Amino acid sequence: MSQATTSEPAAGKRPSDGLSDETLLKWLYDMQLIREFETRTMQAYQQAKIGGFCHIYSGQEACAVGTIGSVEHDDPVVTAYRDHGHALARGMDPKACMAEMFGKITGCAKGKGGSMHMFDKPNHLYGGHGIVGAQTPLGAGLAFATKYEREVLKTTDKKRVCLCYLGDGALNQGAFHEAQNLAGLFSLPVIYIVENNGYSMGTSIARGTTMPDQLTLKAKGYGIEGLEIDGMSVLDVYDKFKPFADACRDEQRPGFVDLKTYRYQGHSMSDPQKYRTKDEVEEFKNRDSIANLVDHLMNKRECLSEDEWTEMQKEIRERVKEAVKFAEESDAPGVEEELYSDVMVNPSKNMSPIGKYIEGAKNPLL
Amino acid sequence: MTTTLDPIELPEIDFDHAPSREGNREIQFREALREAMSEEMRRDKRVFLMGEEVAEYNGAYKVSQGMLDEFGAERIIDTPISENGFAGLGAAAAMYGLRPIIEFMSWSFSLVAADQILNNVPKMLYMSGGQWGCPIVFRGNDGAGGQLGSTHSWCVEGLYSNVPGVKIVIPSNPYDAKGLLKTAIRDDDPVFFLESERMLGDKAHVPEEEYYIPFGKARLVREGDACTLVSFGRPVHFCVQAAGRLAEEGIEVDVLDMRTIRPLDIDSVIESVKKTNRIVVVDQCWPFASVASEVITQVIERAFDWLDHQPLRVNTEDVPTPYAKNLEAAYQPNPDRIVAAVKKAVEA
Repeated sequence: MSQATTSEPAAGKRPSDGLSDETLLKWLYDMQLIREFETRTMQAYQQAKIGGFCHIYSGQEACAVGTIGSVEHDDPVVTAYRDHGHALARGMDPKACMAEMFGKITGCAKGKGGSMHMFDKPNHLYGGHGIVGAQTPLGAGLAFATKYEREVLKTTDKKRVCLCYLGDGALNQGAFHEAQNLAGLFSLPVIYIVENNGYSMGTSIARGTTMPDQLTLKAKGYGIEGLEIDGMSVLDVYDKFKPFADACRDEQRPGFVDLKTYRYQGHSMSDPQKYRTKDEVEEFKNRDSIANLVDHLMNKRECLSEDEWTEMQKEIRERVKEAVKFAEESDAPGVEEELYSDVMVNPSKNMSPIGKYIEGAKNPLL
Repeated sequence: MTTTLDPIELPEIDFDHAPSREGNREIQFREALREAMSEEMRRDKRVFLMGEEVAEYNGAYKVSQGMLDEFGAERIIDTPISENGFAGLGAAAAMYGLRPIIEFMSWSFSLVAADQILNNVPKMLYMSGGQWGCPIVFRGNDGAGGQLGSTHSWCVEGLYSNVPGVKIVIPSNPYDAKGLLKTAIRDDDPVFFLESERMLGDKAHVPEEEYYIPFGKARLVREGDACTLVSFGRPVHFCVQAAGRLAEEGIEVDVLDMRTIRPLDIDSVIESVKKTNRIVVVDQCWPFASVASEVITQVIERAFDWLDHQPLRVNTEDVPTPYAKNLEAAYQPNPDRIVAAVKKAVEA
């Protein structure tokens, strides 16, 4: 978990100036954790220890860490299938995340979800959703529910805001347009965060959507305020996103963010990347969000030394290695216990001709 | 616990309490549905109704008439025509811990929400490894018969019952509609509740007191020993008519109203088949991979040796739904076709 702890920023300063050193160091840790985790994920995938589709988050770390760091821990978060970064930024144990991809019983979904379906109830992460755009009506629904909880059930005074992530490819999916219209119409506190990495699989944004340079105009069409943010700098993300998210929370209304970022790897593990040049990738790597933050912490804040950074990277490397080892050594889900469980909350007689639905073993995260 | 909010204490359901079906409190099918929703909404603030025209218009088919006045716009919620959007909205609200009732004006329109209702709702519990379920009810009109042509006459039970993770309820009369819908709203799993526009005006006695009908319990509507007639939803009435005509010729049949498709009370079907040794399944879906196919398969798997005649099915004809009155009548299961099928089974 990586919400910010702050002191009041002095007049004329950026909101991130008010963040404690401790918070920024934690964010650096989380971003590096995601980077290292994804490096190991790719290795494991290449060794065929991870199956299915697998989408790597490297390059986009500042997006998840900066936006999740701007909201409360119990604000709901829902995302698409490039979800390892959000899971880790939300506080999921890397062991549970890696074990899920290895298809093990110790994974966050007991090995039933896989890379694209990371769910973490204690950390209020409502998935990991595999179908492009399918999570966007869910984001509206989570926002609706939090508002209903406060206004109808009256069991809480807390105003919440839901973060719903999508890729730029989902901009063109009907579900998203219906979701935005509902969010605008019902004034639902959901922020649609488009992690705009420029490509939906191999199709550049200019070939997939209208007005690719003015995406906020699309949201405006649904009465939703939009904002463009450079997603390669976690401080810029926080500076712009924090006040925006606070406003959406206070006013209980939706928002839209064009969070410009870049993925260093292909769309999925099976992508030869012929649609972009190496120079383009290099250009973004030169603006790397982790290097950016390290520079800031070493040279501006002066709260991080070379040795401390080396030590942090080493610690993270060990932690991720341990996660891989944990995943490897964990048991696969038992067929008799797990194939037929978690189909129904109350498995009743004659629900299926196989007649085998059972109660599931307790989820390791619960 | 498979929602974010803690469950609330509600009085336990007493399924054994089954008030008489006889009486003179005659109300329409649509009123029975309304009573079920209103009773549950009075008890539990987590329950809300959302859909097209449910509030200010008082329901496209007047099912929710007056509910806006009683419960207010916060809980009776009109939506734009965005089935995929509001089905998904409901799914997440259910994960969070609310109890949405999502009305599809017609189940035919649920096809544009297929990704949410088939890909998200039934699989959420499984793909989250048991962390989140979806306690949600989707309800609306299902089936042909109103000369609405191909696109508006869907019977979705054949298609949707193929998907694990949902319960499918299909009442044939007002009494069952009320008791089954109340059970659906209280259920922790997702429920697809299929009504019929052709039956919404049907009147029958519905007790004033509260009652719940358990899922997976077929109702023996009529008793006989010559053949087992199995059906669900509106065609149950065609079966009862056919049974009346057959009785005039001295052929008495069991008529079983399944009431729910998932769970499927196959035990009652088998029990009847062991008595009659013949079965005809009447189903308003197309025949290929239909609910009738499933019922017959399970009968063969479990009671093959008890059959004196091969199982028969009466489905809609295997063509898109026609508009013309005579064609639509010929397309649907009807008493003539049912009588013919039973005679074939009995007289062979």
